Amino acid sequence: MALTGIQIYKLLPQTNCKECGFPTCLAFAMKLAAKQVELSACPYVTEESKAQLAESSAPPIRLVALKADGNEVKAGNEVVLFRHEKTFYNRPGLFVKYNDDLAPEALKAAVALANAYAVNYVGIALTLDGFAVEAVSGEPGKFAAAIKAVREATKRPLILIGKDPAVLEAGLKALPGESPMLYAANADNWEAMAALAKGSGASLAVVAPTLEDLADLTEKIKAKGLEDLALGLGDQNLSADLSASTQVRRLALKKNFRALGFPMVTFPNRPEAAVQAIAKYAGFIVLDSFAPETVYPLLVLRQNIYTDPQKPIQVQPGVYEINGPKPESPVLVTTNFSITYFSVANEVEGSGLPAWLVVCDAEGMSVLTAWAAGKFDAERIAKAIKGFNVADKISRKRVVLPGHVAVLSGELEEELPGWEIRVGPREAVDIPKFMKEAL
Amino acid sequence: MPVEILKDKWPGSVRQVTFGATAAEGGTRAKSITVGGQTSLPFMHFEAPIPHRPVIGLEIRDRRPDDWSPLLLQEWAEVIDDPGKWAKAGQDAGADLIQMTLNLTDKDGKPNTPEAAVAAVKSVLGACSLPLIVFGPGQAEMDNALLVPVAEATKGERLVLGICEDKNYRTIVATAMANGHLAKQLNILISDMGLPADRILMDPTTGALGYGIEYGYSVMERLRLAALQGDAMMQQPMLVTPGFEAWKTKESKVGEGVPEAWGDWLKRAINWETLTAVALLESGADIVVLRHPESIQRVRAAIEELMTPVAEL
Repeated sequence: MALTGIQIYKLLPQTNCKECGFPTCLAFAMKLAAKQVELSACPYVTEESKAQLAESSAPPIRLVALKADGNEVKAGNEVVLFRHEKTFYNRPGLFVKYNDDLAPEALKAAVALANAYAVNYVGIALTLDGFAVEAVSGEPGKFAAAIKAVREATKRPLILIGKDPAVLEAGLKALPGESPMLYAANADNWEAMAALAKGSGASLAVVAPTLEDLADLTEKIKAKGLEDLALGLGDQNLSADLSASTQVRRLALKKNFRALGFPMVTFPNRPEAAVQAIAKYAGFIVLDSFAPETVYPLLVLRQNIYTDPQKPIQVQPGVYEINGPKPESPVLVTTNFSITYFSVANEVEGSGLPAWLVVCDAEGMSVLTAWAAGKFDAERIAKAIKGFNVADKISRKRVVLPGHVAVLSGELEEELPGWEIRVGPREAVDIPKFMKEAL
Repeated sequence: MPVEILKDKWPGSVRQVTFGATAAEGGTRAKSITVGGQTSLPFMHFEAPIPHRPVIGLEIRDRRPDDWSPLLLQEWAEVIDDPGKWAKAGQDAGADLIQMTLNLTDKDGKPNTPEAAVAAVKSVLGACSLPLIVFGPGQAEMDNALLVPVAEATKGERLVLGICEDKNYRTIVATAMANGHLAKQLNILISDMGLPADRILMDPTTGALGYGIEYGYSVMERLRLAALQGDAMMQQPMLVTPGFEAWKTKESKVGEGVPEAWGDWLKRAINWETLTAVALLESGADIVVLRHPESIQRVRAAIEELMTPVAEL
């Protein structure tokens, strides 16, 4: 937690030498607390004070990044418990785990398939973030071979899972210059694990049966000079996991409790548990299998939960040409909320029929929300149609309203004299049928 | 190292609402259902006992739906033309309650009638022993025309009636009061009319995964926080309809001509519904209404796990 001006003042020389450019040390301290000056402006501050001040300005949840070949997955730096209080910043990394007892060729093929996975959601290509390999064999040679096979199939960051530092070391050696995560240090192996991570630039996950044990362990490891840690909370059941992850997040944010101020890594055993992990504070999520019909909704949910609530994703208002429209093609109207726009645009495109899609500035709200908020009414729609000179592009003055705002058709007729106003379906999925049968 | 476990203490609580009436209570249900009563955020067992678990409803219609996904029509093929059989199948599939929505029209496109609506509701009550929620077609005049006779014909059953919106709330609330039922959707105006608050549920309307769920999710978190902070108008238990929301998405409705990256249609559709429901449980839902039996089973398992007491951290 940030220190107050008075607390900072106590750490300064208190000589009022003015060399920082401020009349007193207290004035300088106030500016420091407001983050308007840098501590380096004081030539006489002690090393000890510097360390304390640096510590106090560190984020309550450390940002931990896994890196490989230009790819990076980072978690941490979160500042709120509920997304409406500000936003959630770093989307949790989604990993898929494989075991080293799979033959290298089979492993390579499986990882390559998942690695190539990409799904388009509102114009964004969503993918997995990395892979985890578990040393179930217990053999260094086998584990290293598995890591090599995986590395040939993907350039994304890896998590190396095992209890035996010697085995993990063999895997680590196959990843020169990378920053993977080692999972995990426990009460028995932590010294060797910490040494291994420290020597290699890997981050280290730490596991313990209770929060107290976990805090003990992270403090011991930090004392060895390792800072990039992640917390494994055990994955018992949805209830215990939720309580534990909530408690860790609260302690970090409300108490600035450094011993647990790290991102959490979890291993959900089914999609429902992954949903909870996404919503409730996980930093790294390791799935035990890959299936498109499961990964797709999880990637979408993660995108949704980590959308900034203050800034709905919007598209530029304007006239969008779909499937090469001609003057006689229909004019459809929607709002500039990006989920709405992409749902409509994808359906029109999928219909194979040409159309002009007029996207009104509804301040990034969906049709019903914008209508209820007075941001998508007849006046705004008419203004868009006139403002974008739609009439100049077409020969038939006919406009289709979303079914949810059928009530606007009367007013729109008044706003747009000479236009035929039609009411389309409520849901985008029904647009192709409507275009084929009713237009 | 000692870790100070942070426990929130809230001045307010979620209101407790009971619906469905047993024979002893003047109805015919095998048991009634109580939801609400929480004094902490969802599933924070280490702070306070959670008095009632969230419950699962199966959504049915009074006749074969016109616009449902073919996957659902196929799943319920043998019962979909008979609301009583459908409700019984829902009971067998593990639902805690039945939510029936009355259609605007009959299968020939003629307006639905009070007689038909009453007959459908009675057949459901006769065929299954679960508490029942009845929604009108969502058009104020028809809601009033159908729900009033339904309420009168089922006096004492303590149904949940809905959905109250600004155009129709007076009639629905009046009939709910006169016949011992509950109204859905919180409204200060409803309380002003004299319906006790312990007979109101609210539906924040949520959106599905990928279709605005983040709004509903955050609205629900804020509603629940407001309830616990003591805002009396936000303390109703929340009813949400992930079945309705998820099954109208393209991901659930359409199996052909969609990207390969969407995966297997049926599994995807069930995931869409189940995962939407789980996200809404995390943000405070007390009643989730679903459409597919497999989703019911999965959401039930999730609820059971979420209700596991947590003694220590």
